[in-house]
Amino acid sequence: MSAFWKRFSRNRGAVLGLIILAVVIAIAIVAPILYPQSPWKMVQRPFLQPFTLPAFPLGTDTLGRDVASGLAHGARVSLLIGIVSTFVALLIGVPIGAIAGFAGGRIDDALMRLTELFQTVPNFALAIVLVAIFQPSLASIVMAIAVVSWPPVARLVRAEVLSLKTREFVDAARLAGLSGRAILMREVLPNALSPIIVMASLMVATAILVESSLSFLGLGDPNAMSWGFMIGAARTVIRNAWWLSFFPGLAILLTVLALNLIGEGLSDALNPRLAREGR
Amino acid sequence: MRIALLILSRLLKVAAILLVIITANFLLIHAAPGDPAAVMAGEAGAADEKFLAQLREQFSLDKPLYEQLAIYVGKVMQFDLGYSYRQQMPVADLIFDRLPATLLLTFSAFLISLTAGVALGALAAARAGGWADTAITSAALIFYATPLYWLALMAVLLFSVQLEWLPGFGYETIGSNATGFARAWDIAQHLILPAVTLGTFFAAVYLRMTRAAMLEVAGLDFVKTARAKGLSRQLVMRRHVLRNALLPVVTLAGVQAGQLVGGAVLTETVFAWPGIGRLMFEALTQRDYNLLLGVFFISAAMVILFNIITDLIYGVVDPRIGAAA
Repeated sequence: MSAFWKRFSRNRGAVLGLIILAVVIAIAIVAPILYPQSPWKMVQRPFLQPFTLPAFPLGTDTLGRDVASGLAHGARVSLLIGIVSTFVALLIGVPIGAIAGFAGGRIDDALMRLTELFQTVPNFALAIVLVAIFQPSLASIVMAIAVVSWPPVARLVRAEVLSLKTREFVDAARLAGLSGRAILMREVLPNALSPIIVMASLMVATAILVESSLSFLGLGDPNAMSWGFMIGAARTVIRNAWWLSFFPGLAILLTVLALNLIGEGLSDALNPRLAREGR
Repeated sequence: MRIALLILSRLLKVAAILLVIITANFLLIHAAPGDPAAVMAGEAGAADEKFLAQLREQFSLDKPLYEQLAIYVGKVMQFDLGYSYRQQMPVADLIFDRLPATLLLTFSAFLISLTAGVALGALAAARAGGWADTAITSAALIFYATPLYWLALMAVLLFSVQLEWLPGFGYETIGSNATGFARAWDIAQHLILPAVTLGTFFAAVYLRMTRAAMLEVAGLDFVKTARAKGLSRQLVMRRHVLRNALLPVVTLAGVQAGQLVGGAVLTETVFAWPGIGRLMFEALTQRDYNLLLGVFFISAAMVILFNIITDLIYGVVDPRIGAAA
């Protein structure tokens, strides 16, 4: 563990990412304490410029809602959807990839055809259609993001399983009389964990981007204040009120950047050999 | 003969994918909460009973599901994507009206992202470890994390509102009545901001891939041989390393083209670009599901078209592939 941390902290970008993410998580946690009022509530006159009133450092929007409060509450939604949808995507992708790689033959063929199909369909357009048809809600957004993001997981897990299942320790397990299922669950998958972790951290970043894009188009959960919604609502007044879209966009950019940096750091720390060769 | 077989197998695959997507569309209409006829007509309140009855008859909604599916597939095969009650026009006409604008936008963005990504990635790899490399990879990292629609809005704010260099909205100047070259120039000016913002994100993707692939190839034995026989560093980079590194980039560019079409929804929404992405946004705000699914079907078809094009590019980049296939 300490060796892992040492390698991770050697990557300056990854440490920076970790700091940014810690700040975002802290804001998400204290949001209800810091801004106990609903972020939808009108608190000041509309179009209040940022940095004019200390109580509303980031100004107010077209309906007099506090931008800073919206950002803090939006952090909760972004992180929640990013993490849950990635988890659901792993729940779909890992079994499909593992079964395809381990079973081989026709099962592998069929599962990979399915994966390929989902990769061919334009992801974001499919997410839009799914959320629109099943009505925007946290659940439908999570489901839509998971449905479009599992194929790379399945491919990765399949490739890992294919290479791991020919190793000697798997033969040893088979000789020891373990069933195929036990070998897959206890011997093969745990060894495929580190690339899955790296991919998952990058997937959370992508999921946050997709969620914000959906909310931007008006497909966010109507009860949850989110960064994408704030930008979407301010789109038509961009000429008069730049801050309404600028700050939420910056929040998305920093959060996604932090997660990507952490993902790269994890990749370096978990595959030290690859990292040294790669750069 | 062999080529004919190859084309035939490609076409079969394309047909299979399209068939699955049509079926998925059909199932989605029936999975949506509420009466399928109302779903197809858009928001239930907007459609009158007569129209709903007509829809029920047209799509035989009283027949068993598999029969309905067959009818639906048959209709789509004849490019009958249904009728948009909201826009009072057949969906297919609406889409084909808007398709040229989207094709122009996505192809421009595709070319911009591929050339910028490969050129900058090659530059970064050639200077690996230097300040140019650091600057380029950092910029790529930031653009990779930037929401596309936000980048578009900021571009409008800077280049259109503040500097007044480029138009920030629309496809051409309204009421200019320009023709020929003047009109093309006008459209080109309107195209720059949307195409560049849409291309930027993917340029970052291709840049990272090109750089990684080139560094990987640069360590291989044949590169050492080329250097050892006295070729200049530049020549080796260009002719030996870049050429081989391009293969994975082109492959992934084809796969990523699907994302490009999806990204067009966001870009066209911000820039009021009259393409199918904007049409999709209009369908969303008007809850016009029939139109929404039609656009989805066409964008999937466009992705397949992009894939075929990258296959062709592949043949140019690596002549072995065309011969072997």
